[in-house]
Amino acid sequence: MTTLPAQTDKSLGLVIDLDVCVGCHACVVNCKEWNTGGYGAPLSDQNPYGADPVGSWLNRIHTFEVDASQGGGCSGSEAQILADGKDTRVVHFPKSCLHCEDAPCVTVCPTGASYKRSEDGIVLVNEDWCIGCGLCAWSCPYGAREMDAAEGVMKKCTLCVDRIYNENLPEEDREPACVRTCPANARHFGDFSDPNSNVSVMVAERGGMDLMPEQGTKPVNKYLPPRPKTSPVQSAPSDLVALAEPEAKGFLGWLDAALEKMG
Amino acid sequence: MHPASSIIVFTTFSGMGFGLIAMLGLGAAPSDGTAGFVTCALAFILTSVGLASSTFHLGHPERAWRALSQWRSSWLSREGALAAVTLGLFAIYAVLWIFADDRVAPIGVLLTVLSIVTVYATAMIYGSLKTVPRWQTGLTPLCYLLFAAAGGALLAAALSSLLGAFSETAVLTALGLMVVAWVAKFVWWGRADRTTLGSNGSSPETATGLGHIGKVRLLEAPHSSPNYLMKEMVYRVGRKHARKLRLLAVALGGAVPVLGLLAAIALDGGAFFLVVAVLSHLIGMLAERWLFFAEAEHSVSLYYGHR
Repeated sequence: MTTLPAQTDKSLGLVIDLDVCVGCHACVVNCKEWNTGGYGAPLSDQNPYGADPVGSWLNRIHTFEVDASQGGGCSGSEAQILADGKDTRVVHFPKSCLHCEDAPCVTVCPTGASYKRSEDGIVLVNEDWCIGCGLCAWSCPYGAREMDAAEGVMKKCTLCVDRIYNENLPEEDREPACVRTCPANARHFGDFSDPNSNVSVMVAERGGMDLMPEQGTKPVNKYLPPRPKTSPVQSAPSDLVALAEPEAKGFLGWLDAALEKMG
Repeated sequence: MHPASSIIVFTTFSGMGFGLIAMLGLGAAPSDGTAGFVTCALAFILTSVGLASSTFHLGHPERAWRALSQWRSSWLSREGALAAVTLGLFAIYAVLWIFADDRVAPIGVLLTVLSIVTVYATAMIYGSLKTVPRWQTGLTPLCYLLFAAAGGALLAAALSSLLGAFSETAVLTALGLMVVAWVAKFVWWGRADRTTLGSNGSSPETATGLGHIGKVRLLEAPHSSPNYLMKEMVYRVGRKHARKLRLLAVALGGAVPVLGLLAAIALDGGAFFLVVAVLSHLIGMLAERWLFFAEAEHSVSLYYGHR
């Protein structure tokens, strides 16, 4: 059934800390590694060693520049930004399915292959029913769903449903692969319906936010904003070349001065 | 959005086919058995080609029957289910017409209503997507409905003329609908040209939640070559290209059919001009539908450096 459950017993999801993520892509790779052999069809690649490699991934990292010194217009090149000493920040931005409460990808599905589980709120695709029409990907504002070109079915983050309840794994491994592998601890997994859970507390303390709230999807996953800078931004010196030249002392200093005099 | 030819053919052909069924339901075309066979066969061919084409872009066409099940929530499923019901009833109507020489009027009216609802459902597959601000307007189903009606009426007029029963009423109906449909499309285009990715309130700032710090731009993409999302939803068409195609759509889809219809009135027949009008309209509509998809921008583009 592609109608959404009125409410879910649990509300499992991720907290992603944009202050901590270093953009190493370890979560991207471990996600692919686990999920290509786990739930459902493998995550195929087309032309992986050719000129135009393409493949299905359930988790991707964008890197954004946020220009605090500027309200409008576009920033110039990186060199320009450095020279201008603008107050800019680089934010690495992991993006996977947000397991929305009002998931439009579920309701548009014509076959009932897309569904949101009433027990834990995870949004899944029944790959045996999926006809690969792609409408769910069109309805998702976040780009969380990718069609697998080899299998012809829609792939998406399963919140590692085959790990989190898997009693064959040691207890510490029963969390999504991206969370387990993150070397910076930027990703956290938990139940948002419990106000005392690790994720709920983090969201409350750090002002966890929704992506594109105006789309009305009510995402379960929350993002923690980068913390404010503790020291004011200093303008970069305008003459960067001079900084790179060593200060000449002793014989070299005498030689430098003598040569300078000779013109 | 990526303009998939299967979907362009689907919306154009099935639109014209259901338009023809709607007109036949209202009593268009001569009522003898031969006329019934020709018109009903053509309506079946158009709708079947359209619906079959829609399955070509599926990853698993053999499971397409499953798409009839979720009519409670999905416009795509509603479209499939309504098309099946309409064509089933139309088969009964056609058999009675061809073999019993009996056009059952109540069934005809019901077919007209069902055809309208089916085309409406087709349009709502796109019109209901919040992620594509250009499509999300009541004008989208209005245009789909008017073009289906205009195409169906034009085809009905041409068939009547070919079957030796020229009807000025049919031609005038087609003429009126054609003009109204294109007026609606110009209004749709006018709105579309004012609509941006940000029209639904979304921006790179809301997409990342970083707007409180400053202006956001993409510094590094997550992958080095285009992926499924970019090919499917970050498709962009050149402005110059689009303007030329618009001209082509209006000329072939609107101007030539109108001239053909006027010629038919002037000549009190002119089946040849009506046939040319039908073919030209069909090609023009393919261009119009290509633009409908190719020019549409999707919210996910905000993560890829567009605004």
